[in-house]
Amino acid sequence: MTSLISLLNNAVIFGTVILYGAIGEIITEKSGNLNLGVPGIMYLGGIAGLATAFYYEMLAANPIGVVSLLLSFVAAFLAAALGGLIYSFLTITLRANQNVTGLTLTIFGAGLANLYGGSLNKLAGGVGQISVSLTSRTYRAYFSGLANLGVPGKLLFSYGFMAYLAIVIALIASWVLNRTRVGLNLRAVGEDPATADAAGIHVTKYKYLATCLGAGISGLGGLYYCMDYIKGTWTTDSTIEALGWLAVALVIFATWKPARAIWSAYLFGVLYWAYNYISGLTRASIELFKMLPYVVTIVVLIVVSMRHSKESQPPESLGQSYFREER
Amino acid sequence: MKTSHEPLAHIAKRDGMAWWKGWLIRIAAALLALGVSALFIYSLTKMNPVKVYGAMWNGAFGTTKRTWVTLRDTMMLLCIGVGLAPAFKMRFWNIGAEGQVLVGGCATAAVMIYCPGLPTWVILLIGIVVSLIAGAVWGIIPAMFKARWNTNETLFTLMMNYIAIQLTCFLVAKWENPYGSNTVGIINQSTKAGWFPALFGQQYGWNIVLVLAVTVAMYLYLKYSKHGYEIAVVGQSENTARYAGISVKRVIVRTMALSGAVCGLAGFVAVAGASHTISTSTAGGRGFTAIIVAWMAKFNTFVMILIALLLVFLEKGATQIASQFNLNDYASNVVTGIILFFLLGSEFFINYTVHFRRREKEAKA
Repeated sequence: MTSLISLLNNAVIFGTVILYGAIGEIITEKSGNLNLGVPGIMYLGGIAGLATAFYYEMLAANPIGVVSLLLSFVAAFLAAALGGLIYSFLTITLRANQNVTGLTLTIFGAGLANLYGGSLNKLAGGVGQISVSLTSRTYRAYFSGLANLGVPGKLLFSYGFMAYLAIVIALIASWVLNRTRVGLNLRAVGEDPATADAAGIHVTKYKYLATCLGAGISGLGGLYYCMDYIKGTWTTDSTIEALGWLAVALVIFATWKPARAIWSAYLFGVLYWAYNYISGLTRASIELFKMLPYVVTIVVLIVVSMRHSKESQPPESLGQSYFREER
Repeated sequence: MKTSHEPLAHIAKRDGMAWWKGWLIRIAAALLALGVSALFIYSLTKMNPVKVYGAMWNGAFGTTKRTWVTLRDTMMLLCIGVGLAPAFKMRFWNIGAEGQVLVGGCATAAVMIYCPGLPTWVILLIGIVVSLIAGAVWGIIPAMFKARWNTNETLFTLMMNYIAIQLTCFLVAKWENPYGSNTVGIINQSTKAGWFPALFGQQYGWNIVLVLAVTVAMYLYLKYSKHGYEIAVVGQSENTARYAGISVKRVIVRTMALSGAVCGLAGFVAVAGASHTISTSTAGGRGFTAIIVAWMAKFNTFVMILIALLLVFLEKGATQIASQFNLNDYASNVVTGIILFFLLGSEFFINYTVHFRRREKEAKA
C-alpha cells in the first residue's frame, strides 16, 4: 500500500513536469506551429527560474521565500516565452522551416542552460553545486493538515502549488480552445490559415501569441523540474531534454486535448516509475521498461492515423509556414 | 488624415536569385553570427573577441591530432547528413537519425563483441552489413505506416529515437565491462579486432575514404539515377508522381530504407572507426544536428561537407575556450545555436523580397 502511494506520488510529480510542457505545446500546435524546441524551452525556463532564485538568495539581506518564488516564476515564464519569440520570429515572420528551427532552439536552450547551470556557482565565485534550498522549500510547501488526512490526503494534498496550477492551466486551456471565440479562431488558424485569413482573423498575431504563450507555459515545466523534482539544484545532463521529448509525445498521446493531457501525464508517470515497484527486474531490463511511454505513444499515433476520426487528428496545417500570396 | 490603411511593408516571393548573391547573403549571416557569438563569449570570459577566434582555431586545428579529430567528427556528421538527404528531398521528415545511428552502432558493437576471433576484415564486412540492415529497419518502420496510413512521420521517427536510446541503454547494461561500470569500455582493446586499420599511417584515414565515397555516391544517386528522379517528383507533388505512374508507397519505403541504412552506416563508422565502444553518446545529438546540416545544404551532399566542417569547427573551438575558462562543453551548443539561427533567418532574404511602403510625398509627386 505504501509503495503504491509512493508510486502515485512520484507519478504525479513526474507527470506535472511533462504536463506543463505538453499544454504549452498543444497551444502552440493548435496555431499550426510544430515547435520541436520544447526541450530547449523547458531548459530555458528551468535555468532562468533557478538563476533568479540563486541571485536573489545570494544578494538579498534577508531572503523571503515567497518573493523569490514570484521572481523566479516570472523569470522562468519570460525566458521561455523569449525562446518562443525567437522561434516565432524565424518561422512566422521569416518563414524558416519549423522542424529545423525547433531543433536549433533545443540545441541552443540545452546549451545555454547547462552552461550556466554548471557554471553559475563558479561565475558567482562559489564552489560546488548550486542550491536554492529556501526557494525550493517554498515551491514544495503544502498544507500539512490536509496532507496528513490519511491515504487520500497523501495522494491529493501533498504536492507544491505548481502541481495544482498545471491542472488549472490545462482546464483553462481546454475551455478557451473549445468554448470561446478566441479558441475557435486559434483552431481555425491551425487548421487552415488561408481560410482564417479570409475570414478576417489576424493569422500572424494569433500564431505569435499562441507560440509565445505556449512556450512560456512549457517553460514552467522546466521550472517545476528544477524547484520541485530535483529540489532546487541543477544537474548538468540531458534529463530535461528527455522529459521535453516526452512532453511532445504526450501531446500526441492526448490527441491535442489539454484536459486529456492531465490524466495521460500521470499515466506516463506511472509507466516511467513502474520499474521501481516491480521486483525481479535487472538493471538492463529496467532500461527496456523505460521504453514504454514512447512505444505507447507510437501505438496511439498509428491508431489515430488508421481510424482517421476527425476529432483526434493533428491540426491540418501543422508544420507549414503561412505565406498569404502562396495559394 | 489617412483613410486607407496600407501596411508598412509587404513581402513578395523572389523568382530566383543568382547563386552567388545567395551565398553572399549566407556568408554575411554567418559573419554576423560569429560577431554575436564573440560577444557572447566575451560576456562570459571577458576574453578579447578577436582572440576568441584565434583560440577557436587552435582548438579545432591547433595540433595534428586535433585536426584529425575535427576531420573525423566532420565525417561522422556528414555521413548522417548524407543519409538524411534522400528522405528530405522526398519531403519525408526523418527526425529519427539519432536512433538509426544508434541501432547501426549497436549492431556493429554486437559483431565485435560476439565474434572477436574472426579476422578484422571479416568483422568489418559483417559490421557494415548488419549496421546497414539495422538502420534500414529503423527507417522502414515509420515509412510503412506513412505509406499505408499517412501516419505523421516527424512524430513517429522522433519517438523511434528514444526507443533506440533505451535499447542502447539496455545493451550497454547487458554488455558492461567491467561489471558494475555501466559502460561497455573499449571493445577488443588488446586485439583490436574489428577496428578500422590505419590508412597511410592515419588512424582515421578509412573514416574519411568511406564517408566521402558515400557522399559522392549519394550525389550521383540523387542527381542522375531513376530513383533519384522519382524521389524528386514525390517530393514536389505526390499527385504528380501518381499521375506519372510512380508507385509513391514504394518510393517512400525504399527511400527511407536507404536513408536509415546510411545513418546506420554512420553508427558503424562511429563504433568501429572512432570510439570502439557503444553508448548513447555514440550518436550524442549528432542525429539532430545533421538534420540541420542536410536542410541547410538543400540536399546537396557537397555543400554538406562545408556546413558539417563549420559546425564541427565551432564545436571544437568553443569546447577549447570553455576548457580554458573552466566552463563546460555546452558553450559549443550555444554558439552552434546562434549561428544556425542566423543562417536559418538568412534564407528568408534569399527566397523573399520586402517592399516598403513609399513615403506619401513621393506617392503624390
